[in-house]
Amino acid sequence: MRETTPLWTPIALLGALLVLAWAAAAFDSVLGTALRLSGLGDPPREVARLLVQQRRRTPSADTLLMRAGVCGLPVVAVLAAAVLPLGDRPVADLAVGVVWFNAMEVCVWGSLWLTGWGPDSVYPLIGGYRAVAQGLAYELPHMFALITAALGAGSLNMSDVAGAQRGLWFAVWMPVAFAVYLVSALAMAFWGPMSRPVGSDIAGGVRAELSGPDRLVFQTGRYTLLVVAAAAAVPLFLGGGGGPVLPPWLWTLLKTVAVLAVLVWARHRLPAVRMDRFTWLSWLVLIPAALLQMLAVGIVVL
Amino acid sequence: MGLQAFLLLAAALFSVGLYGALSQQAIVMLMMGLELMINGLIVAGGAFWYHVAPASADGQVLVLVAVTVMALEMAMGFAVTTAIFRARDVDMTDDAGDLRG
Amino acid sequence: MTLQSVAFWVLAVLSAASGVAVFVVDSMARATFALLTSLVGVGLVFLLIDLSYLGVLIVLMMVMEMMVMAVFMIMYMMNPAGLMPMKMVHNSRGAPLIAAGVFLLLVAGVFLAPWPRRRGGPPADPTHALGLSIMGPKMLVMMVVGVAILATMISTTVLATHRGRYDGDRPRPRPEEGR
Repeated sequence: MRETTPLWTPIALLGALLVLAWAAAAFDSVLGTALRLSGLGDPPREVARLLVQQRRRTPSADTLLMRAGVCGLPVVAVLAAAVLPLGDRPVADLAVGVVWFNAMEVCVWGSLWLTGWGPDSVYPLIGGYRAVAQGLAYELPHMFALITAALGAGSLNMSDVAGAQRGLWFAVWMPVAFAVYLVSALAMAFWGPMSRPVGSDIAGGVRAELSGPDRLVFQTGRYTLLVVAAAAAVPLFLGGGGGPVLPPWLWTLLKTVAVLAVLVWARHRLPAVRMDRFTWLSWLVLIPAALLQMLAVGIVVL
Repeated sequence: MGLQAFLLLAAALFSVGLYGALSQQAIVMLMMGLELMINGLIVAGGAFWYHVAPASADGQVLVLVAVTVMALEMAMGFAVTTAIFRARDVDMTDDAGDLRG
Repeated sequence: MTLQSVAFWVLAVLSAASGVAVFVVDSMARATFALLTSLVGVGLVFLLIDLSYLGVLIVLMMVMEMMVMAVFMIMYMMNPAGLMPMKMVHNSRGAPLIAAGVFLLLVAGVFLAPWPRRRGGPPADPTHALGLSIMGPKMLVMMVVGVAILATMISTTVLATHRGRYDGDRPRPRPEEGR
């Protein structure tokens, strides 16, 4: 910790995450209803429906593990967001913020697998295993992309990484790493092309047996994860809060919203990819590309 | 939280792991015991670094190596389990006594 | 007691207790995640002693490791969900005795040994010091670890793959079919 952050920043962070998660859900719904603005009302309607819905139960479910998985999702998302700079400083200015972000995002696999295992039902279990397979596929290129940004800045601290991009955004001179990061951001939130763990071909996968408040928490966690994945691209590759005229926090917000909009839009434009094909792509194409990118950045830094 | 507190935790983890490694019949459970034992070693390594010689990074290197060993141990363990299981449908330690003296 | 030592004791008790839970619970999924809790507890303890990089690294690696472990556990256990509790231990009298004996011995050592005094203080950036000592002059640690990882990767693949180099795509008959 370098300086103590004011008390209101965690509250502001939580508020911003919730509002952005709601915005992502609403935008998704508007895109899904052929751009009719009535889709804007879908998220609150869904929340109200889930809050009053009666819980379904499966026989011999492991409720403890399922609850741990479901509640883990939003908790992990918020913990990952704690190291992201909101403007100048993050809520928790860890010296190893990049590694912390990575660790929290790996916890999502555990969360998904637990949620799939808990209900003792076939489709969620398949979804849980899909999540693990997909996680193993995307993780290595993702790590290399994060390390490349850290290497370019010479620091594992998120604020330092953002600060190192005063002159030139990392997205400009590390385009491959940025592209890899965007792919893994989709996988992190199992969103769009990477949504096989919750695919409709297995009746909703991991979340097939979730109902009522459980499902609400799960969905909130998923949208929050999407927001956090988009928000992390800002300090890592898009220059953090840097920009003319406007204050840093507003720039951070604007860039986050832009990345988030691209991610949400991607869901309606790209088909879902099977995990084995994605593993092939990831290990044979993305890993070598990310390694070459890291080599190039390493040479430039030297 | 002095050195002794850390070593106490390390000893507890190590002994619980030892119990598991000695008593479990399933190979995977035995490996969990081994992981717990290495976990104890990691605690001890970190504690010695912080409480005895923080100026040099030797303790940290030890922890890093222990973490790597843990991952390698697990990979090798599962590979051996898979090989035995393929060859003769065995997943229990009692049936895998080929090297018994 | 300072806030730090309270946090330490909470994490220590959590870690040790979930270590015990690994061998007590019936369900394999619970056992795996109990082990994960124990490992993550140790990772968080490291955050208290200025080892933030190693602590977070432990959390990161162990979560991934336990996810892989969960897959294998469920593959190789006959009763992964623990719906029908059964006893799967041997040496049920010797093992606890030996473990308890070792614990007492270690504890005696912990409290009786004259531990050396602390020399020097932690550097401003322990992560930097760690990086220098594994990647610094001659890179000895990194090379040893790297070769070990490579050897493990090759040998695990050789052990786990079900056909040899000359078997082609033809699956080898399982032993009971060939007999």
